[in-house]
Amino acid sequence: MAPSVWESARALRAAYAAGTLLPSQVIAAALDRIALRDPKLHAFLHLDSERARQEAVEWDGLYAQARRNAAGDTLPPLAGIPVAVKDNLCTRGVPTTCGSRILDGWLPPYDATVIARLRRAGAVIIGKTNLDEFAMGSSTENSAFGPTRNPWDLSRVPGGSSGGSAAAVAAGYVPLALGSDTGGSIRQPAGFCGVVGLKPTYGRVSRYGLVAFASSLDQIGPFARDVADCALLLNVIAGADPRDSTSADVPVPDFLGATDQPRHGIRLGVPSEAFGSGVDAGVAEAVRAALDTFDNLGFRVEEIALPTLDAALPTYYLIAPAEASSNLARYDGVRHGMRDGSDDLFEMVTRTRQRGFGAEVKRRIMLGTYALSAGYYEAFYIKAQKVRTLVARDFDRAFAQVDIVVMPTSPTLPFAIGERVDDPLQMYFSDIFTIPVNLAGLPGLSLPCGFSAGLPVGMQLVGRAFDETTLLQAGGAYQQATSWHLRHAPEA
Amino acid sequence: MERSEPMDPTGAGGGTREVVIGIEIHVQLLTASKMFCGCPTEFGAPPNTLVCPVCLGLPGSLPVLNRRAVELGLRTAVALGCRVHSRSRFHRKNYYYPDLAKNYQISQYQYAGHPPLATGGVLEIQVGGRPWRVAIRRVHLEEDTARLVHPAGTGGAASSLVDYNRSGVPLMEIVTEPDLRSPGEAREFLNALRRLLQFAEVSSCRMEEGTLRCDANLSLQPPGGPPGVRTEVKNMNSVRAVERALAFEAVRQHEVLARGEVVVQETRHWDERRGVTFASRSKEEAEDYRYFPEPDLVPLDVDGAWVAAIREALPELPAARRDRLIATFGLAAYDADLITATPAMAKFFEETVTLGPHPKVVANWLSGAVAAYLNEHGVEIDQIALTPARLSALLLLVDEGTVSGRTAKDVLVEMIAHDQEPEAVVEARGLQQISDEATLRVVVDKVIADHPGPAAEIRAGKVRALPFLVGQVMRATGGRANPEAANRLLKERLS
Repeated sequence: MAPSVWESARALRAAYAAGTLLPSQVIAAALDRIALRDPKLHAFLHLDSERARQEAVEWDGLYAQARRNAAGDTLPPLAGIPVAVKDNLCTRGVPTTCGSRILDGWLPPYDATVIARLRRAGAVIIGKTNLDEFAMGSSTENSAFGPTRNPWDLSRVPGGSSGGSAAAVAAGYVPLALGSDTGGSIRQPAGFCGVVGLKPTYGRVSRYGLVAFASSLDQIGPFARDVADCALLLNVIAGADPRDSTSADVPVPDFLGATDQPRHGIRLGVPSEAFGSGVDAGVAEAVRAALDTFDNLGFRVEEIALPTLDAALPTYYLIAPAEASSNLARYDGVRHGMRDGSDDLFEMVTRTRQRGFGAEVKRRIMLGTYALSAGYYEAFYIKAQKVRTLVARDFDRAFAQVDIVVMPTSPTLPFAIGERVDDPLQMYFSDIFTIPVNLAGLPGLSLPCGFSAGLPVGMQLVGRAFDETTLLQAGGAYQQATSWHLRHAPEA
Repeated sequence: MERSEPMDPTGAGGGTREVVIGIEIHVQLLTASKMFCGCPTEFGAPPNTLVCPVCLGLPGSLPVLNRRAVELGLRTAVALGCRVHSRSRFHRKNYYYPDLAKNYQISQYQYAGHPPLATGGVLEIQVGGRPWRVAIRRVHLEEDTARLVHPAGTGGAASSLVDYNRSGVPLMEIVTEPDLRSPGEAREFLNALRRLLQFAEVSSCRMEEGTLRCDANLSLQPPGGPPGVRTEVKNMNSVRAVERALAFEAVRQHEVLARGEVVVQETRHWDERRGVTFASRSKEEAEDYRYFPEPDLVPLDVDGAWVAAIREALPELPAARRDRLIATFGLAAYDADLITATPAMAKFFEETVTLGPHPKVVANWLSGAVAAYLNEHGVEIDQIALTPARLSALLLLVDEGTVSGRTAKDVLVEMIAHDQEPEAVVEARGLQQISDEATLRVVVDKVIADHPGPAAEIRAGKVRALPFLVGQVMRATGGRANPEAANRLLKERLS
């Protein structure tokens, strides 16, 4: 069997076990494809090619051995599967830049918990993907190392901040990737690139080793080309971690097993606010069509209200920058990464940060510093926390009525590179439907639900805390009935 | 409540302003590992060897609260009679300094709706022989900073080094209300608090090692008037330094006011060598720490059962220990105070007593010869080569008459200096007491021959001169003669 770049991780895993395909063939094919296409696409910041090839050969041997043994296939779930990870996840001895000059040259001395779990599951990590600097952005244009392009249209953005991971999956480099999502950074690029992306419930996945943007909002999650693969990867990374006090000690269900178990009577709620002005007509049309599909599949679709939806964006832009201003204080040139030296300590710190950070990061550090300052704290930070509570209550009310809230992932289609870089508010607007979900700490799944003007449209399913299962079941049912997720980006 | 006279910085008396002092101390908690990671808290390891991604503040690392540190904080709260808050939060105190790995310190800030671990306790001290209750404002937990090293000879601009071994070491802050009225009271408070924390096994409280650090604020309040402007004094490395710095500051503030000037609210550093305080940070540089709740930690919840368990397991505190020693062993108050000055001394006493010697004899030795040795050498009893077994053995030698009480004091010093058993010292130095009458009689005869005057007086019935001759016998035997035997033999010969 010749390796197909579009195989799912599950299919690859089965073919490895059957001996019809070797991990080394798949890894080699992935690296070849990346070598050919990535100079244009720029999904990767760093490739770990040698190690990936070496690990693949080891898996070749282990699969062969497993087939000779009568014991059967006891290899771990991602053995020999290529995976890409966002470059804000710490990888021991492998560059981790967060898309920033300030971390240029830094080699983490430790693996993030999710990286350790990937490795334990047998995944072959082939490289680190591009992102908006410190995950601050919605287009991957804020990377200090140049933008990533959208595989469906190279003149357009892939979304962000996990644009590199979304593009890597959409371009047929890898079946699986990890991203992080603080205000939509997994779901929005998944929508823009026509792939599946899940932001798990806050606390579902350990943040240890995820370079922090906004600690109370950040969450790591999977990208895949279908819902089942997404569930497979979630099972590998989910679960409490003693190194992260905010990770939740709740049981991790068999997400993969649940995706193909049909469940009847799931109620979908559609907030009227999510189809108002500013929502692209093509986007609205595709999401409404998807709701019809759900209706035909026997899901109950009803209207709900999320009156605080409008308030979520300004709330987010107080809380996230406030936390970021403190989280990013450690980049001072003293211990790691870049240093712009001086005889004077504070001049060194100032110069290092002036040169090391890009414009958007500086903007948010200033916003956040202001919001936390004496005299403004009550009016900004405290008030934002109160509104955050109201947003969460809106969702609580909705979930008393329905099991899933459905919205467009983003109000817009993928926009042109350069179109919004000088208009931060327009850029921020792209996340209005994803941000409230982070504020409430809920799980959100984005999946392809159509095309408009040849560009992918994403639909977002939001669930109750720790109820990713219902989202994956609904998404699985949808993908059984539709074929949007089977379309491939053009071979450029 | 009655109390000692307030300190009068002018010496003039009458109508003077009252000294008002509040104390803020930081103690390092006796935990094996750091506040938010598993690194050891040892003192004196080579620089930057006790570190990990968390205490180095590496990108992506996260803090995890040390349960033991919370327990020691709770133990302190219970010992001070504080109210423990069922939910407290950690906050970030944001400022830039290279001794802060993250450029923020995780601490428990106090503001509306966000109480620290515990508030509202009291510590009783003795002021002029009377009890005086000092109110405790709060007890909270935080992490220590790294240590900056400025290598000698590098001058002002060249470079500094950072040792992150101390970064993240668990600290507890205790803040008093401004309830102290003199530098002497501040000293008494610090001694009492240190004793309490040592007996509670919360901290070693060694100021010279930095496991207890004290800042003090002082103001002068006119009689019946509003509180004066206060200054904060830092950098005192001993209890004595705290007392001296506060005394200096009281006089300085009085002089400022006497000149018709105003006291500036500021932080001042104590210069131990020059014996003065000096302003270290001007008001213009007052920092905005931009406190906000630490999102990487969940709220700290402490339920009643946990507090009850802490109370149940609380080690015996100094006052209770003192009362028990008096009641059980019939010790004098003075001896009991001295023996309960440190947990090590109290433990030493009780262990020695279980080996057989009479408690009062042990108490006499500890408050006498042993205390003298410790004072002279500036050490604690657990830092010298004296064990309860060795002291007990020495007392047995005295009891059996092998050595005289006087010689035993020399043996004690030798034992400590050479880390030896008392028998070995006595053997090696030939210090056995001479009770053999034949041997003593030779000495006695010689003393009588050498001192015919006193001998004649005694023969004439004037026994007043007898002690003199006994002393001469002792002298002639290097203190080894059994004094009772010498006494008896002299009387025999001169009767």
